[in-house]
Amino acid sequence: MWPHRTGRNACVTVLLAASLSGQVSYERIRQAGREPGQWLTYSGNYQGHRYSTLDQINAANVGRLKVAWMYQVNDPNKFEATPLVIDGVMYVSEPPSNVAALDLRTGRPLWRYERPLPAGVRPCCGFVNRGVAALDDQIFVGTLDAHLVALDARTGRVRWATEVADYRTAHSITVAPLAVRDKVVVGVAGGEFGVRGFVDAYDAKTGKRAWRFWTVPGPGEEGNETWAGDSWKNGAAATWVTGAYDPELNLVYWSTGNPGPDYNGDVRLGDNLYACTLLALDADTGQRRWHFQFTPHDVHDWEANQVPVLVDGAWQGQPRALIVTANRNAFYYVLDRRTGEFLLGTPYAKQTWAKGLDHRGRPIRLPNTEPTAQGTPLYPSLHGGTNWFSPSYSPKTSLFYVAVREEGTLFYKGPAEYKPGAGYTAGSVRGLPGVEPTGYVRALEVATGKQRWEFPLQSPPWAGLLSTAGGLVFGSANEGYFFALDDATGKPRWRFQTGSAVFSNPISYLSDGRQHIAVAAGHSLISFALE
Amino acid sequence: MKSTLAAVLCSGLCLAQNGERLFQGNCALCHGPRGDGGKGTNLAQPRLPRAPDDEALFRVIRQGIPGTEMPGTRHFSDDDIREVISFVRSLGQTTPPKVEGDAAHGAELYRGKGNCAACHTMGGRGGAMGPDLTEIGVRRSPGHIRTSIVDPEAWVPDNFLNYRWYSLIPDNFVQVRLVARGGQRLTGVRINEDPFSIQIRDAGDRVHSFWKTELAELHKDWGKSPMPSYRGVLTPGEIDDLVAYLVTLRGGS
Repeated sequence: MWPHRTGRNACVTVLLAASLSGQVSYERIRQAGREPGQWLTYSGNYQGHRYSTLDQINAANVGRLKVAWMYQVNDPNKFEATPLVIDGVMYVSEPPSNVAALDLRTGRPLWRYERPLPAGVRPCCGFVNRGVAALDDQIFVGTLDAHLVALDARTGRVRWATEVADYRTAHSITVAPLAVRDKVVVGVAGGEFGVRGFVDAYDAKTGKRAWRFWTVPGPGEEGNETWAGDSWKNGAAATWVTGAYDPELNLVYWSTGNPGPDYNGDVRLGDNLYACTLLALDADTGQRRWHFQFTPHDVHDWEANQVPVLVDGAWQGQPRALIVTANRNAFYYVLDRRTGEFLLGTPYAKQTWAKGLDHRGRPIRLPNTEPTAQGTPLYPSLHGGTNWFSPSYSPKTSLFYVAVREEGTLFYKGPAEYKPGAGYTAGSVRGLPGVEPTGYVRALEVATGKQRWEFPLQSPPWAGLLSTAGGLVFGSANEGYFFALDDATGKPRWRFQTGSAVFSNPISYLSDGRQHIAVAAGHSLISFALE
Repeated sequence: MKSTLAAVLCSGLCLAQNGERLFQGNCALCHGPRGDGGKGTNLAQPRLPRAPDDEALFRVIRQGIPGTEMPGTRHFSDDDIREVISFVRSLGQTTPPKVEGDAAHGAELYRGKGNCAACHTMGGRGGAMGPDLTEIGVRRSPGHIRTSIVDPEAWVPDNFLNYRWYSLIPDNFVQVRLVARGGQRLTGVRINEDPFSIQIRDAGDRVHSFWKTELAELHKDWGKSPMPSYRGVLTPGEIDDLVAYLVTLRGGS
């Protein structure tokens, strides 16, 4: 009897693995918290938390964290990707627009997809990609030539490739898409080239566009009056960072970038909706439910392109559905995510441009802060108090962790001339003389924005954070360190010198029942586990 | 034929005109309105060490020079860059300014009274506490060199926006003073720094590395230079001679 039983069990195991492999239903992503061993979507869950409930690695044993394997990318560009982990396979995008599937136990590649790119692609800030999305048996990647490509998760072979926009007008895709129900939501980059931004959703099965929300309204549409003359045509408001999703409200939250041109607002008088804005869009139709503009008529490139974080927290003693974000303009915001109502805004980084926010959250600007021909010194810099890299929210500590850039800029205003496909910034920037910029990892109380602790970095970071139930916050430095901080105090508990600057966000997962932490650093993807 | 000739002439001249406009708006602050250098390198010369050909110059203008104060120009179109290149190359056609002074005597001062080699490398020899002077005659104008000798703190690198995007090494010679927990006191220039550690080079060219937890004090003297002023150390005539010597240092053989 024994041999039979063993045989039957083995058969069942194989069947289970086969049925699960690469099958990421919407329900699985919606309930990602139930499968802490996987990493099913860009931020780990739809709420944008970048938090792992795994606790095998903790403050007491993190000193024993060692490299399990490394995977090297043969491309000189920045490696900004967040990997996904699904049923024993890691899916990671490589610069410039490629994808690899890696065996989770060994880091050995199972397949690669290489996107041939035309020579004319024009990304503003590097030939990069921030990650893939998964739904059912497909992997989705946006490309620098502004296509959305669906790959067979088992083989990497192309199921469909849809043109999202024309790369010759300097549209590109660097953002990790977000799979929601039966659709794939994606945004575009190109805010330094005078594109007209939008958020798109595509049918995951067919690649047909389901809806488009123009982030710069056209004539006759509400908000178009916030753009002088024809300036809306090149209004930018690009959508290059992955959003969040509330399954109950069926709302996709997506952030937008600077209005175009960046530094000269004279040609686009008005508030410039929906630039520098958080949008709440109906996931089925793309219709706007509400919006909140952080920086009306921005002239400092203070985009709102951050991952918004959904928190079911207490607000003044009452439970409330919140959405929080640390904006590039150096203010931390708490909004009601049903209505977009402004609840709180407070600086989390040095700023010299606003006296504060009024009761509706609109900034009260200080005089003489606009860019000039001679250069206007101002905090924060064009890169903002933080940037695209992810914050992390820990339900365990109720703290919001953010990598902060403390840096000022001289803002110069220049002439604004639009040429299709050419840069449309109308100005430039320089560092402040005599001040070396620096950075921090800061922990904010989620409902008040009050700082609980900070960990000093040497220079303004370009890498995001992961918090875990093990009581740790993982982050990275430009100088090559990948490190773990105590989530309650910010004290460093572990560090590893990767040998190159880090431009990415970490994740956590289980392999063979053991917790791993993975991060892209330099040109390597490194996975760590306890010795 | 005439219109073709005009078009050919204009394609050169008009390019240079637009290039000059872009240069004055974006480059002149550091490189000087005539491109003969200041805080930035001297561009008014036939050979640019970092840009032997136009393709290399294109790359420098587009990407900047990581680890230095030279930023990239992501807001320029390819045509803009080509026009700036055209203007920069035209600067190299001008006659270099005459420098008063006795270069041979300046060379003696460099090795002897000035003791410059204690901190500066030239032709692969000398100290490393200060910048390499092997090509200083190419990289900086005579006026800039003179200022740096009599007032070294006039041009301390002070613009950090572009540091560490790609480079791990901040080549800005910032002076550091530190006290180790054991009581050891050190002054030197920073070689590198990160959240957890710092490496410095002392006046004897020795490299020291510390974890920050090993330090009791760490001071950075922004705007200071470890180099003393040579005003009063050398006579005005001797300074002329030293400048005359330094402008002959152009690398190669």
